[in-house]
Formats: sequence, structure tokens, C-alpha cells
Amino acid sequence: MFDVIIVGSGIAGLTAALNASKNNAKVLVVSKTYPTHSQSVQAQGGINAVLYEDDDSVALHIEDTYKASHKLANKENINLMCKEAANTIYWLDSIGVPFNRDNDNKIAQRKFGGTKKIRTCYSSDYTGLKILHTLFDQCIKENIEFKNEHLVLNLIVEDNTCKGISALDIQSGIVSQILAKTVIIASGGYAGIYANHTTNSYSNTADGIAIAYNAGCELSNMEFIQFHPTTLENSNILISESARGEGGYLVNKDEERFIDELKPRDEVARAIYEYINKGHKVYLDLRHLGLDKIKEVMPQERTLAFEFSNIKLESELLPITPAAHYSMGGIKTDINCKTNILNLYACGECAQSFIHGANRLGGNSLLEIVTFGKVVGINAANEAKNIDDIILSNNKQFDKDKALVKDIYSLPNKVNFYEEKESLGDLLFEDLGLFRSEEKMNSLLNKIDEIINDLSNMGIGDKSKEFNKNLVEFLEFKNSLLVSKIATLCAINRKESRGSHYRVDYPNIENDFKKCSLIFKSNDSIKISFEDLK
Amino acid sequence: MKLNIKRFNKEKNPQNEISNFEVSNENLLKALYEIKTKMDNSLTFRCGCKSGVCGSCAVRVNGVEKLACKTTINENDLIEAIKNSRIIKDLVVDVSHETSLIERTKSYIEETQEYNISQKDIKNIDLQSNCILCNSCYSSCPVYDVNKAFLGPFALTRALRYINDKKTPHRANIIDSIQSNGIWDCTLCSACTMVCPQNIDPKADIMQLQNISVQNGYTNPNTQTMDFGMDFGMDFNDDFGGFGGFNPNGF
Repeated sequence: MFDVIIVGSGIAGLTAALNASKNNAKVLVVSKTYPTHSQSVQAQGGINAVLYEDDDSVALHIEDTYKASHKLANKENINLMCKEAANTIYWLDSIGVPFNRDNDNKIAQRKFGGTKKIRTCYSSDYTGLKILHTLFDQCIKENIEFKNEHLVLNLIVEDNTCKGISALDIQSGIVSQILAKTVIIASGGYAGIYANHTTNSYSNTADGIAIAYNAGCELSNMEFIQFHPTTLENSNILISESARGEGGYLVNKDEERFIDELKPRDEVARAIYEYINKGHKVYLDLRHLGLDKIKEVMPQERTLAFEFSNIKLESELLPITPAAHYSMGGIKTDINCKTNILNLYACGECAQSFIHGANRLGGNSLLEIVTFGKVVGINAANEAKNIDDIILSNNKQFDKDKALVKDIYSLPNKVNFYEEKESLGDLLFEDLGLFRSEEKMNSLLNKIDEIINDLSNMGIGDKSKEFNKNLVEFLEFKNSLLVSKIATLCAINRKESRGSHYRVDYPNIENDFKKCSLIFKSNDSIKISFEDLK
Repeated sequence: MKLNIKRFNKEKNPQNEISNFEVSNENLLKALYEIKTKMDNSLTFRCGCKSGVCGSCAVRVNGVEKLACKTTINENDLIEAIKNSRIIKDLVVDVSHETSLIERTKSYIEETQEYNISQKDIKNIDLQSNCILCNSCYSSCPVYDVNKAFLGPFALTRALRYINDKKTPHRANIIDSIQSNGIWDCTLCSACTMVCPQNIDPKADIMQLQNISVQNGYTNPNTQTMDFGMDFGMDFNDDFGGFGGFNPNGF
């Protein structure tokens, strides 16, 4: 038995593991990928912190974050994150993250959108990669135990208390049950449901949020999904906001600028989408920055543009399009990262921790996952010390999950779920995208229900037991489908426009909706209400 | 376009086969995805970020290591799993050696010391810390044919990254850990350098590690053997003649 099981091995999960272990907990990290394959490595631009108070202040960082949330955040939680930000950076720096330096040997910072201040720390434009690999090296040093390539199927919950997980060992094909005093979900967000319209990894399929919901967890603010303004046309590979922060322009085919590039992401993304929807192309223009500066501050963007779009940033215009990038909603957590289920915690993009609200500032997500990764690791380890033993009254969940996997092998596979997954992504981008309406979302909901009803006609063509990715992807698709439905229902119910959620039929922000959506499962149906902020 | 894929499934008979597929995508990862989703659900490969940074999709294309997500295919290309690791299924190999190799080289910071870091110091470890652990170098390395215990390119590059990091207090621990089955076993053949998708140069890193080691009082054990061997004079060289002039420390 473990003191702390962590589901997910990205930056949030590894930070939690290191901190729980440091607090003398017996830790297990369970992940469907390998740590270094996780989506955290894709974070490029940087991590916010007020390190030097000469021109900036923690109070301003709090204010900018709250402003971006459009009043759907909890100031106490933002306070914690922003006050701890400098410590977070110095801790990462101390374990080896090579943050860029300025001429005075201080940690260098650059400008990001949504603020007038310069407060984003970075490691060239591989910030996520270098943080994750440094944490991975530290986990090896601390002998953290991993079960890699294990897909968590369900949480084991009795009497509203989480007692462990059931997981499919992808390599052996065996379903097992692992008990723990506390469980932390750190499995990432759900922007991956947009399939061919997302910057997210193929592995991002909203699993953690789906299993939490199924176990009785409350979710919150699932309608808020951030679209990144600048991804490569055709491949949706992210070109970091730092490209605009460093002075890049957005231009139309006549090379005219049409928006202030440093406005919040949702405004910039909508302006681009409107242009593209009228049949025009939109380009990122970095030519005026010159080769030296581009090489110095965004070498990865330069390589990506060349390798995936065959464009030289220093001399050509780069065609871009918006794509689903980040999900603000998720498992509802308090300032201690606790969920409504006892001994169950959540942290990172899968959690709705009342920081980002209706929209997230660039550079705040890495800050959130490291800062709260530490909080959750310490809290779960301490909680585990108060629990003597785990007693399961039965193996109901475990037996159910073994049957769940076995039954998929005998499904008819008459309908190709991969095609359904792609068309679901297209529908979501069109109807639950940058411009939303009651009519479009109702039709989307019907289509999602049709796909759900058709699940019994789908199935898998690969009948082998070991390393059956076809099976894994079918399970993932079911999770994506459930979360798509929940996000759509939330968006239909929020009859206003706020932050990333823009309704053409309710274009204004409404005071009645200065509330967070609350989602939970009741008698197998999805219940949605709105609750006031604390 | 026709694509040939070397398959392995231990639950099938025969376990090994080469499958041919007609694909419309030119990007290798997209082509593999096309095959799996439209033609053969059982085709198994790892993938993630689709943008060359998660390191999960390394395969061999006509014998050369590539990231599938960054590769444009040509007619009749042969796609195989990477080498030097046990194949689990099709293009998926066991990568558990990553952890054990990093552990052996002690590539991490033990505890912090006071430090003052300049941008020059950061630049000094920038390239090495761009490693995505894709195993391309590991697969390309010929030393594994004769020595499975070899630390190999990515672990040694990581060792250098931490040795050159001014925050590392105990550089000597790392230097000591790379002497046996490490830097002196490398033939400096450059195969790793040729295939690294991040343009890291493990061969140069290993040479730098050799210099650092010599400065710290270590010697090349092979040179000692060589000195000893030289006592046999011409006979020794004649033996090498039989290998067509192959010099393991050459090119």
C-alpha cells in the first residue's frame, strides 16, 4: 500500500511526487506515458514571477491574473500562487533548471500578453522541456517509484473516500488494483478533445477528469477553453506567445496589422478566426526582428516553422490559425488542492483551482502547476500520516473494470471510432469554439449523444492482449466523449460572454453569471448548476 | 505512396513480418496514424506532441533513426523499431534503460550550493539540456553490439550537462561514475551525432568529458592496454590489417 498515488507524470505530478517523498511518504507515480513523453514538455514560453520589485509588484501580478479571470477566480488562491512565485522559480533554479540570465546575472524575464510588466522567466523557448527533464532527474535521484504506461481506469471510492485506483498495465494488458491512503490526480487538461484543432498532445484525452467525475467528483467551469491565437496552419503546432511578446506582428495578406498583438489571447484569437472564416489568411510576421534576435530568443519557433511549415521566420510570413490550447475548467479543488471526495486531490491543468477563471494569462500555467504541485504533495503526504490503514469492503470496482476491458474485445467494431473522434473534434471546434450559440451547441449536443449511443457498435480491431494501443485509445475516446458532453452542457447553460467563452447570442458579460458552473453526476445524469464564489 | 513496416507481435504467428501499406500522408507520423485508424488497428507505435519535443516517436527509416513526426516519407521507405532495445510490439521498444543509465551517471544536482550564474554559463549547457530522450542516439550506437553495459551517448551528454552546470556541487561524483563502461568505451564514430534530432553532438560531449577526466587525474584504460600492446610491435599492427585498416578511434 502507498501513502500517495499520483496519477500523471507531467510537471505537476513530478513536483507533487518530489514534495510528497520529501515529506516521508511512500509515493507511486502512475502514468499512461513516460514522464518525458508528457505534454508538459510542450510548454515553451515561460513561467511568471515577480522577482524584482523595482518596476513590478506581487500585487500587480495578482491584479493581472484576477483581471484575466474575468472575476471568476478566488483572490486568496491567486494570492498564494503569486506570493510563492519567486520561491517557485528559485526552487526550480536550484535543482538545475537553466533559466536564461540578463547582463547582471539575474534571471532574465520577458514580456507576455495580458500585462504591461515584464515578468516571464524562461529557458530559451524550451521552458517546459527543461523543467520537466530536471524534475525527472530529481525523481531518479530520490528513487521515486513509477508505473509507466499504466492507464488509470477508475478511482476506488467507498463512503465518499478515495482508497486507490484501478489501472490497465498497457504492456501486459493486465488490470490491477492499487490501494493508497491518498490519491492525487495530475493528469492534464481536456483541450485535446478538439482532435485536429488542438495544440495538445495525442495523449491528452481528458482521462483524469472523466474518472474523477465518474467517481463522484465535482467539476467546475468546464465551458472555459482557451484558444491559442498562433498555431501553424495544417499541423496546429504552437508558436509561443513570446513571438508576439518579443515584438512579432499579426498581419493580413496585404501585410497590414489588424489587432494589438498583446491583447488577451481570446480577443486576439477571435480577431484571427473572423479573418480566416471570411476566407482570408493570417500571418505571423517576425521579419523585422532580424535573424540574430530570432535565433537568440526563439530558436525552437524558428526550427518548428521551418520543419513543419517550410518557412524561414527571418525572411517569410508564417501562416497561422487559432487552435484549442488550454482548459481552464476541471476538477473542483480548494486552496489545499482537495476535491469533494476525501483523500482525493487534484492539481495542474486537470484541476479548476479558481486561479484562471474565464481565461488564463500566458506564463501562469507553469507557475500554477509547480506551485500547487508542491502544495498538493505536502498536503497529501501529511494527510496520509493520519490514516492507519485502508480497508476495502469489496472488490466491486476492480471486478467491474476487469469486465470493462474484457468486454471491449467482443464489441462488433462496425463503426470506426477513430473517424468519430476526428469528426467530434471538427464539430467541437466549429460549435464549441471561439464563437458559440445556443443553436449550434444544441445541435452539437445531439451529435455527441448520437455518438454515445453508437458506442456499442464501435470496438477494436486489435485483439491482442499486450501493448494494445487500440484498446487504450478506445478507452481514451470514451473519456473524451464524456468530457465533450459536459463542456457543451456548461457552455449552453452559461448565457453570457466572459473571457474565453464567447456567445454570439449573449455577447455581454452578465452580473448574474459572476458564478462558476458546478457539475456532478447524479443517477447517471449530468447535473449542472452555478455557484457563487467564496 | 507505399510504406513498408517491419512488424513484431509475440501473440501472432509468425511474430515477425513486413507489412505494406498505401498511404496518402507524406508526414510519417500522420501516415502511421492513417494506417492505424483506417487500415490496420493493430499497428502499434508511440506518439505524443507531434512537434518533435516529447521524443516518443523515434523509429528507423531505411535504417536511420528519425522522429516520425518530423519525417517526410518517400516511396517504398522501410520503417522499423529503433535498435539496441527489446521490441515490445511493432515500433514500440522497452525504454526502461533511460532511468537506469541516468541513475548510473548520477546526472542530477545533489544539493544546492551558492552560485552566481551568467548567461554564458547557461549557454554552456543549453544544447545538452535540449535533449528529449528520444533514444535515437542510443539506437545508432555500435558499441552496444559488444557492450550492453555501455552508458552511451544520451546519458553521457546528460552527465556533461550537469558537470558543466555551475550549480552542481559534487562534479567529482559524476566524473567518477562515467569512467567504467563510459567515456573510454566510445569509439567516437559520430553515429549518435548524425541522428540527433536536437542537433546535440554527443561525440563532442564525450570528448569533452575525456578531457575533463584527464584534468581530474583519470587516464584512458585503453591507452594503457595499447601501450602494453605496442610491445608486440609489428604483429599487433598486422592483426589490424586483417580488418581492412579499420581504426576504432578513427573517423
